[in-house]
Amino acid sequence: MAAWLAGAISPLRRNPQLVTGLVIILILVIMGPVGMLLVDPKGAKVGTAIPDLPPSAEYPLGTDTHGRNLLPVMLLGTPQTIKIGLLSGAIGLGVGIILGFVAGYVGGVVDNIIKGAADVLLTVPGLLLLVVIAITVKGTVTVNMMAVVVSILAWMWPTRTIRSQVLTLREREFVRMAKLGGMKGPEIIVQELVPNLLPYLASSFVGAVASGILASIGLEALGLGPQNEPTLGMTIFWALRYTAVLRGLWWWWGPPIVIIVLTFMGLFLISAGLDQIANPRLRRLT
Amino acid sequence: MRGFILRRLGVFFLVVWLASTVNFALPRLAPVNPIRQRLLQAVSQGGAAKTDMEAVVAYYEAKFGLDQPLWKQYLNYMWDMARLDFGVSIANFPARAIEIILRGLPWTLAFLTVAVLISFALGTLLGALIAWPRAPRFLQFLVAPLLTLSAIPYYLLGLVLVFLFAFTWRIFPLGGGYDLSEMPELSLSFVASAVRHSVLPALSIILSALGSWALGMRGMMVTTLGEDYIALAEAKGLKGSEVFLRYALRNALLPQITSLALSMGTVAAGSVVVEVVFGYPGVGTILYQAIQNFDYFVIYGVVMMIILSISAVTFLIDVLYPLLDPRISYERK
Amino acid sequence: MNGNVLQVEDLRVYYPTRAGSVKAVDGVTLNLAAGERLGLVGESGCGKSTMALSLLRMIKSPGRIEGGRILLDGVDLTLFSTDEMRKIRLSKISLIPQGAMNSLNPVMRVKNQIIDGMRTHRPELTRQELDERVGETLDLVGLEREVTMMYPHELSGGMKQRVCVAIAISLRPKVIVADEPTSALDVIVQKQVMETIEELHEQLGAAVILIGHDMGLMAQFAERLAVMYAGRLVEVGPIREVFHGPLHPYTQLLISSVPLLDEKGSFRGIPGITPSLLNVPPGCNFHPRCPQAKEICSERVPSLVEMAPNRWVACHRGEV
Repeated sequence: MAAWLAGAISPLRRNPQLVTGLVIILILVIMGPVGMLLVDPKGAKVGTAIPDLPPSAEYPLGTDTHGRNLLPVMLLGTPQTIKIGLLSGAIGLGVGIILGFVAGYVGGVVDNIIKGAADVLLTVPGLLLLVVIAITVKGTVTVNMMAVVVSILAWMWPTRTIRSQVLTLREREFVRMAKLGGMKGPEIIVQELVPNLLPYLASSFVGAVASGILASIGLEALGLGPQNEPTLGMTIFWALRYTAVLRGLWWWWGPPIVIIVLTFMGLFLISAGLDQIANPRLRRLT
Repeated sequence: MRGFILRRLGVFFLVVWLASTVNFALPRLAPVNPIRQRLLQAVSQGGAAKTDMEAVVAYYEAKFGLDQPLWKQYLNYMWDMARLDFGVSIANFPARAIEIILRGLPWTLAFLTVAVLISFALGTLLGALIAWPRAPRFLQFLVAPLLTLSAIPYYLLGLVLVFLFAFTWRIFPLGGGYDLSEMPELSLSFVASAVRHSVLPALSIILSALGSWALGMRGMMVTTLGEDYIALAEAKGLKGSEVFLRYALRNALLPQITSLALSMGTVAAGSVVVEVVFGYPGVGTILYQAIQNFDYFVIYGVVMMIILSISAVTFLIDVLYPLLDPRISYERK
Repeated sequence: MNGNVLQVEDLRVYYPTRAGSVKAVDGVTLNLAAGERLGLVGESGCGKSTMALSLLRMIKSPGRIEGGRILLDGVDLTLFSTDEMRKIRLSKISLIPQGAMNSLNPVMRVKNQIIDGMRTHRPELTRQELDERVGETLDLVGLEREVTMMYPHELSGGMKQRVCVAIAISLRPKVIVADEPTSALDVIVQKQVMETIEELHEQLGAAVILIGHDMGLMAQFAERLAVMYAGRLVEVGPIREVFHGPLHPYTQLLISSVPLLDEKGSFRGIPGITPSLLNVPPGCNFHPRCPQAKEICSERVPSLVEMAPNRWVACHRGEV
């Protein structure tokens, strides 16, 4: 048991990026539920406090023009935003796995179509496409709906990555051996290909989460987000709407920015760490 | 040569056609057509333009009404698209959507082009130098800040910049495209004012994009430096600067330019929200207001114009690329 | 001053790694006379490529020259600054690289790739003079003048290698280091390129070190042969004598493992595997695989001794 634990820890020690990234994200995720134990969530509702107050002992992050205590707003909103990211990332990865495998394994016209679609969508200004979609889906948007909408743009990179890995692996010897041994297609996929693809799957997931969060914040800042939820993007939207910058209410839009930057840095570190695992050549020689 | 250009042109039209079709299909896929809803709402709101609004509704129904077969609606629509006729602005009736969009387009194109060019040029050069082993050591310290900057969305950077440089230290204006006291004409003071107002929005994009260009170029350079022809260049006793410029950078530039073409969409999308932050009178602000007002035609129009512009730029880069890489020829082999 | 254009004295090139020091070149002493054709032969991983690179001081960090001297016309290259060394490359000592496939800059025309080296070292040459020289050089390697305006991807493998040869001779250096110049080519093209190099040698009088693992090529080209094993030289001598009467056990096994066309027999190899340069066996580094090893072989490193006129061997067997 101890040996197994040591075996699990030592690669982590050689991969400080992965660990740091995971720690950052973990803190951000836990911050919400833990914070809620200490802070009164009702403070996040409109009109509970005197508006436009700078940070003080009573209101550590100040209040906004709606009279909301910004500390619980941040604590409530951060997990929401991350949840959108995780959901859209999961959907994007799921779709990406299916399409990537189909494209790589089946090849031919199907491959061309899938690859072409992914390539075209990658070059199109994604946010604008999402605007068009979101504006059509009128009405109250929930956090879950945001995730679904945003995931429309989350599948391309996972599809491309998985497709290219499947193409590489398909030609490798062990697949041929498996075929010779009488294994059928789906068996080969599950038993032989998936274990080799795990680092790429993980890395694609992280990328999808990052792009999901980015897209959702963009949509929300433009006003197309869940109006009643205090997600990070919505906070920024309200801050812009009420010209918080011009009025010097830096505590309103400052913390969301810090949290967003931390989130992206954390995700980036995780993805760099995963890259190191997937591609041993990137490991440091010292 | 002609075949090459025609094929790229084909891709261009394909993308534009796809975007138009998506724009066409979406409102019709919703359970209730939101455009029709919005138009009817505008009519019921009354006001001086009520009768004209009714005329618009009638016009809309005639072209895209439920009694029209879908294919006919589609053809009407595509014909309008070809003439850049996006309809009328529901919020700013009776202004036509294309008019409103064209008011903002030059602003966006101007500041975006400059921002992209500066960030690409600086970022590429910086990234190349960071990767070059014989460059000054201190450049390595730039990697961490560049990394951080590249992770920040443009508009968030914009918020910070406005706060610091416009609000706290009143070096730059708080927003808008030009001083309200200036007349929009081609006078020196107007142009100067316009430039001053575009510095911060441009910087929001430049600082962040520079980071990602630099890091990308660094990666390409590292790969290029491992190539055999760099070793032979050194074996020839060429000067370091010559190996750096004509052997390493010149080759690493090729995939970097491909990245540029691919990233146009992301840059355009990011710049839209930057404009909102600064109240910059480009298509981004127009889009923002249109969203607040559910001004569908303007929304679609802006999106289409941006996609058109990006596709045009990508097409241009595609066509010029073989001039840079002799391995890609205009002739089909 | 003797007639040696190149004198390598006890050269050591090590690569420090976390696991220890990789001793790629471990005390090599070698002389090259002016205009001589020397072959340096050994298995993959024996350090011969490192030898080639170190002659041009192109060892990449973390590798470094730990000790020894490299005397080019009596001047010690190991003491040169980076800039002084840069001026020597191509003009006094040049390299024909191993993989011509990728050794040419894909975005530059052939002509410019030959000219830029010349212009760097001889800035006084006019455009016209440079063009003439390029033309002459291409003639020497058997390429047509049309090649000048082409890009590398338009050339075949053999042509690319000839361009590399042309670059290497463009300034008529004293020493040409050919690092496995034909390994990447097929047999027929190999022969052609080697013939080109031979003709060149006749005309230019440069000394050539041919590095490789193909004994057949060595037999075709070299006058003298140096055999390298795990970072050290084991035998040096005139090629015919080494071939017909190898003195070192490794050389003996090496030569006997070359298949002959007119004899039938089974393939003979050399038992065991080449040692990792991280962990070289103590004493004579060949002793674990040597059929004639004695006790002293595992204790003391044999030095290169002249056992017969011009026959140098590093082996304890010949000792009394």
